[in-house]
Amino acid sequence: MNDEAFLDIAGVSAGYGRTPVLKGLDLSIRKGEFVALLGSSGCGKTTLLRAIAGFVQPSGGAISVAGRNVTNLPPDKRGMALVFQSYALWPHMTVAQNIGYGLKLQRKPRGEIAGRVDEMEALLGLSGLGARKPGELSGGQRQRVALGRALAIDPQILLLDEPLSNLDARIRLQVRHEIRSLQQRLGITAVHVTHDREEAMVMADRIVIMNAGRIAQQGTPEEVYNRPASSFVAAFMGAENRLVLTGHAEASRFGILEGSDNAGCLVPLDGRPLASGSVEARFRAEAVELLPAKSRENPSEAVLELAGRVVTVSYPGGLWRHAIKVGTAEILVDAPRAFSPGEAVKVRIPHQVLFLFNSREASPPPKPVSRSGVESRFLEVSEA
Amino acid sequence: MTALTHSAPSRLRFDLWWLPRGILLGLLAFAIFGPLANLLLWAVTERWYFPHTLPLEYGFSFWARVFSPRGNAMESLTNSVIVAILAVAVSLALAIPAGYALARLKLPLRGLILLVFMIPQAFPNLPVYVNVARLFYEIGLNGTIAGVVLVHVTHGLVFAVWIATAAFAAIDVELEQAARSIGAGPLQTFRDVTLPLAMPGLMASAIFVFLESLDEFTGSYFVGAPDVNMLPLLLYNAGAGGNYQVASITALLLLIPSVGFMLVVERFLKADVLSRVGR
Repeated sequence: MNDEAFLDIAGVSAGYGRTPVLKGLDLSIRKGEFVALLGSSGCGKTTLLRAIAGFVQPSGGAISVAGRNVTNLPPDKRGMALVFQSYALWPHMTVAQNIGYGLKLQRKPRGEIAGRVDEMEALLGLSGLGARKPGELSGGQRQRVALGRALAIDPQILLLDEPLSNLDARIRLQVRHEIRSLQQRLGITAVHVTHDREEAMVMADRIVIMNAGRIAQQGTPEEVYNRPASSFVAAFMGAENRLVLTGHAEASRFGILEGSDNAGCLVPLDGRPLASGSVEARFRAEAVELLPAKSRENPSEAVLELAGRVVTVSYPGGLWRHAIKVGTAEILVDAPRAFSPGEAVKVRIPHQVLFLFNSREASPPPKPVSRSGVESRFLEVSEA
Repeated sequence: MTALTHSAPSRLRFDLWWLPRGILLGLLAFAIFGPLANLLLWAVTERWYFPHTLPLEYGFSFWARVFSPRGNAMESLTNSVIVAILAVAVSLALAIPAGYALARLKLPLRGLILLVFMIPQAFPNLPVYVNVARLFYEIGLNGTIAGVVLVHVTHGLVFAVWIATAAFAAIDVELEQAARSIGAGPLQTFRDVTLPLAMPGLMASAIFVFLESLDEFTGSYFVGAPDVNMLPLLLYNAGAGGNYQVASITALLLLIPSVGFMLVVERFLKADVLSRVGR
């Protein structure tokens, strides 16, 4: 893996003043890979991107591109291009001048620049807008000009600093796919910073989840979604329902003890390093089954069953969302039909979607910011 | 119904507000344009004395006197314009790097330095320029164009730096970083991005220095006269001698470079400002 690393970040630390932001971070990215740095604000993802771009000088560690150490090179000598969240288009230049500026710096002949600018405009759907000033464009068009300006110079690495966060929700969904397909077509190595989980999931080959200046977990979208390595990652990836249970580890299975509100069950460990004692259980609202309490149907062994009472019901679209009181905790559960408030219910959580963790996070996981309405469920569960 | 009765007195009050405003505006207009009208009248007057409201005789004989070879008007005008242009060039050459450096400093420190720059302005001009003249005399700068330019630069520089700092501070650092990230060196970035964007502000500071230089009297008098004669000196001599016609004509002459310079600068300003407004 390390042999084919194209962009290699080794033990990079950085900070502003005396506040450390990155703490000895290692990351290696292959050529042509699309990597999303995902995390809540203040986790260091933008600082990492700016350190790669050359705008933040690391206090330790090294950054190298294709085996060449670029740690002490100025931004203009790194062969990268950064797309800013604010787009940072030059208001005194036209669209064509903005896109062609990087080529002008390379002293390309005038005709070649014009050809390349036309090509970029056609690629990004900006044809006919070349003579306009950025002030005369819509947000989506500006975003594409910013992208075109970065792509025009054929950068070795494309750096994207939340380039979609200033766009309308509908345009954002479209531009996501545009950027992704463009990146695949051109075979560019890209590093994308975002706090939007869904955006990272649909765009990236690999997601790097950051927390407090370190990498919390990295892997393909499926891996981080289905096998979160920590309670923080699980919560960040949408498994915000949280319960505290007790259990004991056996050879290949983990036995959850019967509690006041849950039945006992045995779940396969699947190689998870779980120790006996108190565990934190996390699961997603849409991944579980909701049944009436009097249902006689017996659960299979590897399913955790909770007993609770419906508190509120709402309809966000598609499924009914229920807030359910389980002991002192409150969880959110989706069901295809509505249960009435006050009704006693059973919640069944299959072992595949039940995430168990031994260690409690030092800091409570922050709420992820998600733009899509379906995903925006925030639940603070207080437990004894 | 009740709403109507409530609104009537308030609308009346609103209408009455125009009265003091109108009077105030009228007074202001008189304060600005009254002296100008008087100046214009004096410039074309042959004879005008006390009890008469308007001149008794109109004519251009004083214009001929001002522009006669002995009148020094053209020489003074040329001197004034040359000095003003040089003062603008020197001030901008100093204010651009200083303003840029200050603009990229952290805010409290920037404010402090700008304030320190103001301190020389707190002293009365006269003793300062008398001393400057003595110093210049010793090093041979007294009575030279360069000496007068230096005096005018020290006078206008503080404000030029202030305005330039504001202009540079208004430019988002990310606009510069965007250029750096696609391959522009620091100087190229400054030339292609920072400078064009700061241009309206720099032009404003150029106008300021130019007008200040044209108008400046004390320094010109102590450092320049009698070898380098400037237009304000001519004006002063004519005014002090009671020759209002010559003074008025000189004042009008003084207007020519000011208005001309402002027109030129405004042409540059417009294109840039418009492109910014649309942002």
